[in-house]
Amino acid sequence: MSQRNVIPFGPQHPVLPEPIHLDLVTEDETVIEAIPSIGFVHRGLEKLVEKKDYQDFVYVAERICGICSFMHGMTYCQAVEEIMEIAVPERALYLRTVWAELSRIHSHLMWLGLAADAFGFESLFMNCWRLREGILDIIEATTGGRVIFGSCKIGGVRRDIDDETMKGIVEKLGTIGAEIGRTTDVFLNDYSVQHRLKGIGVLSGEEAHALGTVGPVLRASGVAMDARKIDYAAYRNLKFEPVVEKAGDCHARCRVRVREIFQSVDLIGQAARKMPGGEIFVKVTGAPNGEFFSRVEQPRGEVIYYVKANGTKNLQRFRVRTPTFANLPAMVKMLEGASIADVPNIILTIDPCISCVER
Amino acid sequence: MFFKKSPWIIHYDATSCNGCDIEVVASLTPMYDLERFGIVNTGNPKHADIFVVTGAVNESSRMVVKNIYDQMPNPKVVVAVGICATSGGVFRECYNVLGGVDKVIPVDVYVPGCAARPESIIDGIITALDILERRLVEFRKAKSEARRQEKKLRRYHLND
Repeated sequence: MSQRNVIPFGPQHPVLPEPIHLDLVTEDETVIEAIPSIGFVHRGLEKLVEKKDYQDFVYVAERICGICSFMHGMTYCQAVEEIMEIAVPERALYLRTVWAELSRIHSHLMWLGLAADAFGFESLFMNCWRLREGILDIIEATTGGRVIFGSCKIGGVRRDIDDETMKGIVEKLGTIGAEIGRTTDVFLNDYSVQHRLKGIGVLSGEEAHALGTVGPVLRASGVAMDARKIDYAAYRNLKFEPVVEKAGDCHARCRVRVREIFQSVDLIGQAARKMPGGEIFVKVTGAPNGEFFSRVEQPRGEVIYYVKANGTKNLQRFRVRTPTFANLPAMVKMLEGASIADVPNIILTIDPCISCVER
Repeated sequence: MFFKKSPWIIHYDATSCNGCDIEVVASLTPMYDLERFGIVNTGNPKHADIFVVTGAVNESSRMVVKNIYDQMPNPKVVVAVGICATSGGVFRECYNVLGGVDKVIPVDVYVPGCAARPESIIDGIITALDILERRLVEFRKAKSEARRQEKKLRRYHLND
C-alpha cells in the first residue's frame, strides 16, 4: 500500500497564467483526487450593475475577461437589445461577427502557445505568440485596442470597417493563415507532441455530456454542439459546420482548436463577401424592462448571460455562466487517475479562464 | 556588478481580467521581446528580482501577493501593471475589491492603461531596472556597514 500525499497546485504556478488552487491527492505518481478551490480572482462585478448605467455597463462586461472581451460585450449588448426590442442594423451584425471571429483566432493561437509551453516546447510557444501578433495588428487597426476593443455598444457597433480595409484584412488573413498552417502542422503531426497529448485525459461523449461541458472540450468528445448555430449576429447567413473530433483526449481538443482557427478565417472571408452597406448603429433611448437569456459561442465554449431589468437606468440582476465554469467538473474528472506529469496538460486543454469563472 | 543585465521577473494575477496578463506575456514573446534585455519570466519567487502584479487585490489574493513578495530575496522591486493594479480601475466600486496593489505591498513603478500596452509594460520594467540597481547599491552599503559594525563589536568583546 503506497502512501497518500497531498500536493498543492497553485494559486501561483509556472504553467498557470491565472490563479486557481488544486489539492492533488496522490498515490506514488498517480492523482487519486483533485480538489479545486477558486475565489482568487473574484471581484463581484455582477453586483456593479446596480451602480452603473446600463449603457456604461458594456465597458464592465468587456472586462469580465480580457481574452474574449469582445464576445462578453456582444453577449451583454444582445441581451439588452433583445429586451428593448432594438433592430440592430445588418452591417453592425456582420462587423460583430468579424471581430468575434478575429478574437477567436487570437484566443486559440494564444492557447496553442500556452499548451506548447505546458508540455515544454518553448520554441513552438514563441512561434504561436508571434503569429498571434499579426491578428492583434488587424484588431488594433480596426478598433484601436489590442485586447480590449470597446467597439461594441447597445444598438450596434462604434466603428466601421470600410470595404478597402476589409479586403486587406481578408488578404492578410490568407498569408497569416498559411503561416499558421505551417506551425499547427507541428501540433497535428509531430511525434513528441502526440506522445505528450495522445490518450491523456480521455473524456467519452456520454461523460462530457453528463458533466455539462461546453465548447471545444465537448466537441472533441464527438458531440456537435456549437452555440453559433442558434443564429445570433450574422451566423445565420454564413455556412459552417461545428468542428468535431472523436477521440476525446488532449490531442483531440488540440485538433479541434487548430481546425477552428481555419474555420474562423473562412467565416471572416464569407462575412466580408456578404457584408451589406448601411448604418452601423441605431440610437438607443429609454430604459430596458424585462428579462432575457443571451447565449454566445466563445472560444472556450458557450456563455450564458441572464439580464433582468425593471425599467430604470440600472439593471436589477445580472448573471453570467461562463464556459470554463461548465468545464471545471470535467477537468476534475479527467485529473483522477492521471499521472502527476500530465496535470498541467490536462488543466490547460480545457483552456481555463479563471477571471471569467470568478468574475 | 551587472545585476540589471539579467533580472528575472515573476508575474502574479491578483484579480486581473487577463487583459494585462496576456500583454505581460506578449511583451516577453518575439514581437516585443523583453528577453533581449536579459529578462526572463520565472515561476519561482526565490529566483525573482522584479515582481509584476496585474489587477487589484481582493481578500483571497492579498495573502498570496504578500507571500510572494516576502519570499523574494532582497533587493527587489514591484511593478504594478494596469489601472486595476494602480487604483482598482473600473472594479473600484466592487464589494470584493480592496483597491490597488499598494494597499498590500510597496509599489515602485505604476504602469497605466487598460489593458496596458506591451510598450508601456517594457518601459515600466526598464524604469524598474534603474530602481533595482540603486537598491542594490544601497543594499551592498547596508551589508558592508553591518559587517563593519559586527567586526567592531567582536573587537570590543575581545578587549573586554
